[in-house]
Amino acid sequence: MKKRKRWDHELIYSLIEPASKVLDLGCGSGDLLARLINEKHATGQAVERNPDRVAEAIRNGVSVYQKDLDQGLPEFKEHSFDYAILEMTLQQLQRPLDTLEEMLRISRFSIVTFPNFNYHAVLNRLLQTGRMPVTPALPYRWHNTPNVHLFTLYDFLDWTETRGVKIAAGYAAASGTGYKPLELPADGTSAEELVFLITSGS
Amino acid sequence: MTDPLNVCLEKKTGIDLPGSPYSVGWTRPQRILLVDNENPLPLDCGATLAPVTVEYETYGKLSRARDNAIFILHALSGDAHAAGWDADWEKYNRPWRKDRPGWWDCSIGPGKAFDTNHYFVVCANILGSCYGTTGPWSLNPHTGKPYGLSFPVVTVDDWVRLQLRLQDYLGIDKLLAIAGGSLGGQQAMSWVINYPERVQSAIIIAASARLGAQGLAFNAVGRQAILNDPCFLDGNYYGSAPPAGGLELARMLGHITYLSADSMEGKFGRRYQNGTKPCFRLNNEFSVESYLEHQGRSFVQRFDANSYLYLTRAMDYFDASAYGGGELAAAFASIEAEMLLISYSSDWLYPPEATRAVAKAIIAGGRPVSYIEIPSAYGHDAFLLETDKNTPLIDSFLKRGNYQ
Repeated sequence: MKKRKRWDHELIYSLIEPASKVLDLGCGSGDLLARLINEKHATGQAVERNPDRVAEAIRNGVSVYQKDLDQGLPEFKEHSFDYAILEMTLQQLQRPLDTLEEMLRISRFSIVTFPNFNYHAVLNRLLQTGRMPVTPALPYRWHNTPNVHLFTLYDFLDWTETRGVKIAAGYAAASGTGYKPLELPADGTSAEELVFLITSGS
Repeated sequence: MTDPLNVCLEKKTGIDLPGSPYSVGWTRPQRILLVDNENPLPLDCGATLAPVTVEYETYGKLSRARDNAIFILHALSGDAHAAGWDADWEKYNRPWRKDRPGWWDCSIGPGKAFDTNHYFVVCANILGSCYGTTGPWSLNPHTGKPYGLSFPVVTVDDWVRLQLRLQDYLGIDKLLAIAGGSLGGQQAMSWVINYPERVQSAIIIAASARLGAQGLAFNAVGRQAILNDPCFLDGNYYGSAPPAGGLELARMLGHITYLSADSMEGKFGRRYQNGTKPCFRLNNEFSVESYLEHQGRSFVQRFDANSYLYLTRAMDYFDASAYGGGELAAAFASIEAEMLLISYSSDWLYPPEATRAVAKAIIAGGRPVSYIEIPSAYGHDAFLLETDKNTPLIDSFLKRGNYQ
């Protein structure tokens, strides 16, 4: 899981304009935001639930606010950031849509990355074994997974359409290949992980 | 039994003796007249005060650029002796300092959280206290007698206004950091709000924007214990026996608020002081009773009852939201300092949610903040005890301030 995060780090890093104000939600050890601060002159704030990760993020020189995203983010003002980042966390939230709404409210652009449950290797594993798939992007067993809302690329696209969210860019990655611009319908099943740059339609 | 100021002794790692490479070694308090009649100290109550002497200590070396200074802000019962071993304990008749290092020795010294190889660490006794800085025990120049209750009611802002004069005296334009736990954390809030241009960063530990009604209530009972002591004599007890019983009670009560239910259970449980069976007596039967009595008794050896009245009142009055017309976010909107806030899960005097409220206010004010809740069973005292958890946080936060 950690190793895979590096791929979307690279992509997210390239998507963010220099000197932006960045809100990193579920920042982990904060290394992405630290890099953006040090190399791209970003300013920002990180949010992370796990106290050990919070301590690491502080060590990485990031301002990090310990909070569970499912408690909402009302303390953050409207349009107070250029980018909000939610990396491989959406599927772990109790109320994923609430967090997406908060991102759209707080930030001009939002970057969301998540594993695609419709990825062919995931589906094959499910069909062939009859058991919950364990793959590099979904490395947990059914009983110890933090993922409480697994979903597919199309589920996400449905939400953007219903909500009137504009997709500024989409990228797909499969095992070891790195990210490339999203191509539909092929990536419906060939994308293992996805990155979307979205912005409020209004 | 240990003393609260001696918390470092409770850790297995032990204390760093004067010769240890991790100790700042022998220290001497310094006293400086920072306020005289020419330039009296204005107070929030409307009065002015002069003269005022401040006792302070320093550890480490001030850099040539004068940019490595950290002010440590002590809490209710603390003093300027934050680290090392007092070489002057006899001179100022402070025998309790003979066998123990400064109150935050576990965090201040070479290689510690506040690394004196890199930083110039300063700690000053607060106004109204009884450790060398002017307080109710000091002689009132108009009467030639100790102030007693004629000492003006001082506030956290008054303390900080005086600390600013010390900063000026030391020739430091901008502090690299200020740091404090509990009431010390509240002084840090006053600093970053009132003097944003004088502070680069702040570390606020186990502190909230204000004391809740429950905290006010505990302070009130503590004060009543002192006021009702027959030896109190309206605060004019300096020539006679002090109101030791009242101060002892106040301290015992305070101590209950510094510990968590779990830590008390773990430390004492229902153990009897002597043996395993009840002795059918009313005094000193359970371990926890004997502990509190010991804490109270040792406190009266080293603290002034009038100071306790004044300092707890300042603690009561402090409310950071007042700087923003009642809005905490507005209060923190103009700060410039980088902020690190630390809370402890079992602290019920300044609970995590209260510290988080400060973090929320800083975010709502549009400023970045670091906030962490450390899982700990030690209650409010955790800020002095969780050295292993605090040190890496403080150390990395300070280094971050350096390279930015």
